[in-house]
Amino acid sequence: MKNHSHFAAALLAAAAGAMAQAPAVLDAAAVLEKSQAAFYYPGADMRARVVMELMTAGGKKRTRVLTMLRKNLPGARRQRYFLYFHEPGDVRRTAFLVWKYPDRDDERWIFIPAVNMTRRIAARDSRSSFVGSDFSYEDVSGRDLAADAHTLLREEKLGEAACYVIQSTPKAPAEFSRKLSWIDKVTFLPLKEEHYDARDQLARVFTADRVETAGSGKAAYPTVLKRTMKNVQSGHRTEVVFETVGYDLGIEADLFTERFLQQPPQKWVR
Amino acid sequence: MRCAAAGVLLMWAGCVHGEVQIHGFLMGNLAVRTTGERPPRGEGGAFVLGEERLRLDLSGAAASGRVSFLVKGDLFHDAVSNRVDGDLREAYAGFRGGPLDLRLGRQIVTWGAGDLFFINDVFPKDWESFFSGRPMEYLKRGVDAVRAQYSSPAVNLDLVATPFFRADALPSPKRFFLYDPFAGIASRQERKPPARAANTEVALRLSRRLAGFDLSLYGYRGYWRMPAASVESEVPAVVRFYPRLLVWGASAQRNWLAGVVSLEAGRYGSRDDRRGANPAIPNSEWRMLAGYQRQLAADLTGNVQFYAEIVDQSPPLSAAAGDRFRGILSARLTQFLRYQSWRLSLFLAYSPTGEDFFLQPEISHRLTDRFSVAAGANIFAGRRETTFFGRMRKSDNVYISARADF
Repeated sequence: MKNHSHFAAALLAAAAGAMAQAPAVLDAAAVLEKSQAAFYYPGADMRARVVMELMTAGGKKRTRVLTMLRKNLPGARRQRYFLYFHEPGDVRRTAFLVWKYPDRDDERWIFIPAVNMTRRIAARDSRSSFVGSDFSYEDVSGRDLAADAHTLLREEKLGEAACYVIQSTPKAPAEFSRKLSWIDKVTFLPLKEEHYDARDQLARVFTADRVETAGSGKAAYPTVLKRTMKNVQSGHRTEVVFETVGYDLGIEADLFTERFLQQPPQKWVR
Repeated sequence: MRCAAAGVLLMWAGCVHGEVQIHGFLMGNLAVRTTGERPPRGEGGAFVLGEERLRLDLSGAAASGRVSFLVKGDLFHDAVSNRVDGDLREAYAGFRGGPLDLRLGRQIVTWGAGDLFFINDVFPKDWESFFSGRPMEYLKRGVDAVRAQYSSPAVNLDLVATPFFRADALPSPKRFFLYDPFAGIASRQERKPPARAANTEVALRLSRRLAGFDLSLYGYRGYWRMPAASVESEVPAVVRFYPRLLVWGASAQRNWLAGVVSLEAGRYGSRDDRRGANPAIPNSEWRMLAGYQRQLAADLTGNVQFYAEIVDQSPPLSAAAGDRFRGILSARLTQFLRYQSWRLSLFLAYSPTGEDFFLQPEISHRLTDRFSVAAGANIFAGRRETTFFGRMRKSDNVYISARADF
């Protein structure tokens, strides 16, 4: 029932949005831009030890443990990511390197320790599952805001937090037909997202389950320390916990190169 | 000797007070020939592979990151030949200082841009493992070497010096049907390059990024990894030996049309027979590869490659005309399903010049984080026994494996 009321509200709001002045549309995009900055870009760099638990509807659980390092490059929204896997055993010491660009395809490399091989990998399909979880590559690194039309539907409280509720509709066919985002008015972090499929049925729900101002480095930022993505149709869900997080640690730019993909410095991946 | 080296490494690791990790797995592999035929004087009946393996993997590094080590080895029981043996996969110590990385000991080195086609990756391979369904990592054999890597924004330099020659492990005639031009001569000898300082193999790679490309230049001074064979008439015996080889090459990879394009080429210079006069020694040749990889849909990746060898002069021993040029088209499809707990893959290689092909379908399933199973097949076909896949056509096999990680 809840889904239906959301849907009705969304329809009404979309209709209202279409008739409204241009600034409302701009506002929604501006809110999402601030939200991406708060969610994907805080600090000059970041390190987190990440535990992902992949759970089936039947309760079967798989676990991935990894270290994530990120560095923002000066200027446009270019970023570099380094992901190093500690668990499970079949991917231990495997590392991913991502050079992320706002205006073109990412460059991605994988290091496969069993044969000591670094490979460049194709990176176009952002809908592919990130390491077998309910999160897609796009969820992990951010969707291009220009790919969707955004409408501010309403403002409402989610729990204690005052939120903007924004609907995003893809301009070209995508894995979702529309997405609703609840953006915290203070931190601009996304607290909840609902992804609807082609038949406009609710498909996946993202929730930020624990948000704290955190950071062991020179700075602290409001951070989603626990998040969940649930596939409401299959019952499968993925919980992600940042066990430790640090910002502005002075991670060197040359870390994000082939040399360190093969053997990352102990001080960053311990 | 090697155990002692590993022991020393362990003690030394204890001394540096780093974190030492012990991991490994237990694995069973079974492969059975489906053609119903058995190689003459073969072993194991219909079985190509039947083994249990225990992998132990010890690694550690000092907190400073300046020193590290890794020892990785298998203890296995081969049920086909009924023997217990060990396989030291890797055992090295690593040192890092400034822009330099140094690794000493047995190590696996892999470079180049091809998927299963190796041009500038001149390091030893285990083709018997590959064609009998062992996991992909067993395709690569370690080398006992010193590796030095220098990294800088201008250029990365990678040097591997190997004093001890290690050949490719080729499918054994006891388990595979092979084409043998010297079938009438029973006596066989093998002559490996002796371990002398002057015989040290040197492999070099220079790499950097340029205009969005990952560019590499390669050089290798050493030996052909696959043996040449000649008949010594006095005995008589077939002597397998490894002629000297010089390789120069380059590779480039970059994002292109929403995928990744790979280009690689190499010049193989046969140093012991530059003019191609000796029929026993492989002639000099060019090898080249062009590949394109792209995600076709969510969790589905496709890769196509064209690989070619152009030999300077026709191999005199070849029964088939036109063997100067050998081209192979390959395609790989990989599909993940059910949150990547299932993986389907298909590798197909077809040679229009040899009119032969190889097909390897595989399905693997990860039951838990610790336990996985896989099943697949190696299927060969060809019109002639002299072609690479054609000679393997009676060796079609299906394989299964199960693995528990700890």
